Amino acid sequence: MRTFEGYRRPNGSIGVRNHVIVMNTAGELSSLTKKIAQLVPGVIPVVQQGGRAQYKEDLNQTIRTLTGTVGHPNVSGALLLGMGEDDIAEEVKEDLKEQHHHVEAMYFNKGKSLSEVLNKGKQWLEKAVEKSKREKKVTADVTELRIGLNCGGSDAWSGITANPAIGSFSDAIVRDGGTSILAETTEAIGAEHILAKQAINPDVGQQFLQIVQDYEARIKETGEDIRSANPSPGNMTGGLTTLEEKSLGCIKKGGNSPLREVIGYAESPAEKGFIFMDTPGYDVESVSGLTAGGAQIVLFSTGKGSPTGSPIAPVIKIGTNPRVCRTMSEHIDVNAGKIIEGISTIEEIGEEIYQKVIETANGAITAAENHKNQEFAIWRLAETI
Amino acid sequence: MEQTFNALQLNEKDNVAVALRTIKSGEMLSIQGVKETIKVKESIAYGHKIAISFIDKEEKVIKYGECMGMSTEEIPPGYHVHVFNVRGLKNNERLSTAEVK
Repeated sequence: MRTFEGYRRPNGSIGVRNHVIVMNTAGELSSLTKKIAQLVPGVIPVVQQGGRAQYKEDLNQTIRTLTGTVGHPNVSGALLLGMGEDDIAEEVKEDLKEQHHHVEAMYFNKGKSLSEVLNKGKQWLEKAVEKSKREKKVTADVTELRIGLNCGGSDAWSGITANPAIGSFSDAIVRDGGTSILAETTEAIGAEHILAKQAINPDVGQQFLQIVQDYEARIKETGEDIRSANPSPGNMTGGLTTLEEKSLGCIKKGGNSPLREVIGYAESPAEKGFIFMDTPGYDVESVSGLTAGGAQIVLFSTGKGSPTGSPIAPVIKIGTNPRVCRTMSEHIDVNAGKIIEGISTIEEIGEEIYQKVIETANGAITAAENHKNQEFAIWRLAETI
Repeated sequence: MEQTFNALQLNEKDNVAVALRTIKSGEMLSIQGVKETIKVKESIAYGHKIAISFIDKEEKVIKYGECMGMSTEEIPPGYHVHVFNVRGLKNNERLSTAEVK
């Protein structure tokens, strides 16, 4: 069994990073969140735009995402910044304190001056960083890893090189007792019947078909039709013939393992093995959903070189073709273009990805981390109120 | 390292392979891990598909081991497989393949 050295949290989860973060619970505190992070070296600002003023479904989704992010196993300590009395920070904090996370909430507009709150926040964060430095690593095995699977800036090679290689990795870690979470419901449209066949039982298959149907219905309400707009003329020039083929290329990231569970955006899986999470195709929101659901590491295939990263989890970039791996080498960790060149097989790149996952879990820095690419956004379903 | 093959079969069930570089008509198709070679009958752009077994009219086109569409005419080995001889699945065909366990 492959093992790694990680940080054991009070609730039993295991982290591969020991971040101290500061996160806003109201959009208007974005700049102050960045400002307070700059006051304490080593603190990561997680900036988002969602607050109290949302429809119920969106508000619940925001609270779930905030809770999953702040209580993430890669986070050693977290400071929430909120506004006034009726703030969601309190709810998130109480929930996480019950799980013994190291979390605090501070509020602007509660009688204290701006500089007083900033100063108090700075002091809390300094102590949290000191505490994080004293924490020791312990040995854990891959059954405790949840790996998110995503793509962005795909090209005609994504489905031929990087995605099947990720699929090969996914099957390997699932065989070893670990978990892989495939995301991006939009990308499955057209091949949903195929992924549904992989389901462990009819209920799970139906749940998957249902989230695709719901997603399509929401998109149709806006006047768009994904089925008739795909594959695009550019896709066809690249060699893609049908919508089924395009989506098959995307879902191949999940490999051939049985689909054990279908979960909502930012939800934490109850099962181990191969999981599907309902997320949009927009990579920033999708990766944020995966991390909020507890993914400690995210694999991300790209043909065009998307620099997307995460403030919470290391994102391992897998380039689909030799050109992107050459021209955007600073943003790529694994070169699946070697499959086109005949240097490596899909299975060999799958194994290379597995090794990279273990190295990353042990603390090796990914390209996105090296560049401090820390994009974060929460998926919104309805209008802003 | 010198490349020894010019196409990739993504799953053993597949009846198409993907060209890893532009393959000219008359060249031999060499697929990674497959000894048998097929003569290429028309130029295949890189990233495009080529038939590696005889595909009958209205037969499933298999890539990644899954049905990605139906052929609209006979496609003998060595020929280009694309929008002019393959269509996407109709609704009832999609449902018939769903067969959720």
